[in-house]
Amino acid sequence: MNEIVFDNVSKFYGEILGVNKVNLTIAPGITSFVGSNGAGKTTLMNLMTGLLRPTRGKITVLGTATDNPEELFRKVGYCSQFDSFPARVTGRRLIDSFLSLHGYSKNRREEMTNKALERVNLLEAADRKVAGYSKGMRQRIRLAQSIAHSPSVLILDEPLNGLDPMVRAETIALFKQLAKEGLHLIISSHILHEVDMISDRVVFLKNGYLVAEGEVQGVRTEIENRPMQILVRCNQASKLVAKLFELNRIVEAKLQKDRGAEVGSVIIRTYDADAFYRDLSQIVVDSSIAVEVIRPMDDDLNAVYQYLIGSEGEGQS
Amino acid sequence: MSTEVKVSLMEQVQSNTRLSFWFHQTLSIIKLEIRKNFWGRRILPIYLFSLTPVAIFFLMNLYPTPSKSLGHPTTAATIFANIHEGVIVRTIVFFGCSWIFTNLFRGEILDRSLHYYFLAPVKRELIVLGKYFSGLIVSATLFISSTVVSLLLYYYPRGYEASMQYLLAGSGLKQAFMYLVITGLACFGYGVVFLVLGLLFRNPMIPAGAIYGWESINFLLPPFLKKVSIIHYLNSFRPVPISEGPFAIVAEPTPIWLSITSLLVIAVILLVFASYRIRSMEVNYTD
Repeated sequence: MNEIVFDNVSKFYGEILGVNKVNLTIAPGITSFVGSNGAGKTTLMNLMTGLLRPTRGKITVLGTATDNPEELFRKVGYCSQFDSFPARVTGRRLIDSFLSLHGYSKNRREEMTNKALERVNLLEAADRKVAGYSKGMRQRIRLAQSIAHSPSVLILDEPLNGLDPMVRAETIALFKQLAKEGLHLIISSHILHEVDMISDRVVFLKNGYLVAEGEVQGVRTEIENRPMQILVRCNQASKLVAKLFELNRIVEAKLQKDRGAEVGSVIIRTYDADAFYRDLSQIVVDSSIAVEVIRPMDDDLNAVYQYLIGSEGEGQS
Repeated sequence: MSTEVKVSLMEQVQSNTRLSFWFHQTLSIIKLEIRKNFWGRRILPIYLFSLTPVAIFFLMNLYPTPSKSLGHPTTAATIFANIHEGVIVRTIVFFGCSWIFTNLFRGEILDRSLHYYFLAPVKRELIVLGKYFSGLIVSATLFISSTVVSLLLYYYPRGYEASMQYLLAGSGLKQAFMYLVITGLACFGYGVVFLVLGLLFRNPMIPAGAIYGWESINFLLPPFLKKVSIIHYLNSFRPVPISEGPFAIVAEPTPIWLSITSLLVIAVILLVFASYRIRSMEVNYTD
């Protein structure tokens, strides 16, 4: 009951595929949808909020079907990408009107509106018309609207778009705080290093298919047919490489020796990282090699993204 | 008290609370929509449009034609009945309602703002109801006001005393009241038709044109087909009979109580259909 469940969900727009056969369970915490344009991120979010109906399959959000808006939107807040607002509305009125549909009393609405505006740091501009807001302010007022009723699930489609670095940092801090409060935060983003920073889990999508999901490191481990890159900096780099090749544990090694010194770096590619680490420890002990650094080169989201999604994503990180 | 009775009572209380909550939500939608409809940029042409009969009567006052004497009350009443039918109901109310009601949903799709309602914890059926009643309030306010001002301007040249005599001592007051009822019911009937068209068609003006044609040839239709129109039921309320021309197929007028019932039944059926339609409606703003 405390999960968002996609059960074999497909969505077709006529003959065009939106998403296909998605099976996914989302627990509390921050989950990010990652993929290039048209991968199906927004489609999944719109399906989750009932703005779209699945062609096949079933979605439940904390036990509630998505075709029951009355119950669903007590639990869910959605900050969509649609950058349009009712004409002549002020930030405060936008949120107040929304809360009036929830049935809150005037005093309660006022209190909740102020709290939401304060959380997104928009209290001062609250009585200005939204039409006069900057892109970042519009983004923030949408965020305020989606959190105003204190939902248990917050869905954010590209929430960091248009925010300046300062506000971006504040917003990320807010997301982390909300996740700490036990919310399900589902975020789609193109900005991979930020997703990497804030996400507990990632869901990789490509051309409407879910290609991988889990914790970033976990996803990386599951990619068995791709060699992993590990950087080792030590004092006898050539010797280390030779020993590793002897054990037939690595598929490639790129040696970079420091000028006039025995110390150097080696980037190793291996299919079995766990076995590599075990062998490395043994070699280091047996051969008295002094290791300065051991660092996985591609445990970050961008590398995983490149593996899974391919070159389409290159320009998006 | 037995457990069964307790459960039943609790269910009743919950049901009453639920009904009152839905009522509150519908009222909130009506309030929001009325504000949007009265002050939105799309309403401006309708303000001007609703002033058309007022302008006509104003010009008639400025340039009175000697041949069309309003001196005789019966002649005056017949002329106004024709103007009300031809200009106010068939043109102003019809096209005004088509604009107001088709835009209730289509306008939101064009403005990409429909998702605000769809992301609120509101039954979509209530969105249909709220929007319909807001459209009804806006259209009825505009067009009934226009009818009132038209009536005043029409009778103004006869002088204050004669007008008061007509309105207060003669049949004028009843006639005036019936014109207002017809205008209001026209908004009620056409409104629900156009609300559905706005949900069904990307360009509702084409089917609206077809309905206009159907309503215009109503006088030529056989009696059973006449009943498939709004204007037929409105005709039952006409305080002054008007000639439909030599080719008209005359049918027995529907009694007023049956006309009201029929309009209500049409409205309920179409609102149920609109609710069914909106339940499966998706928001992607690409169509």
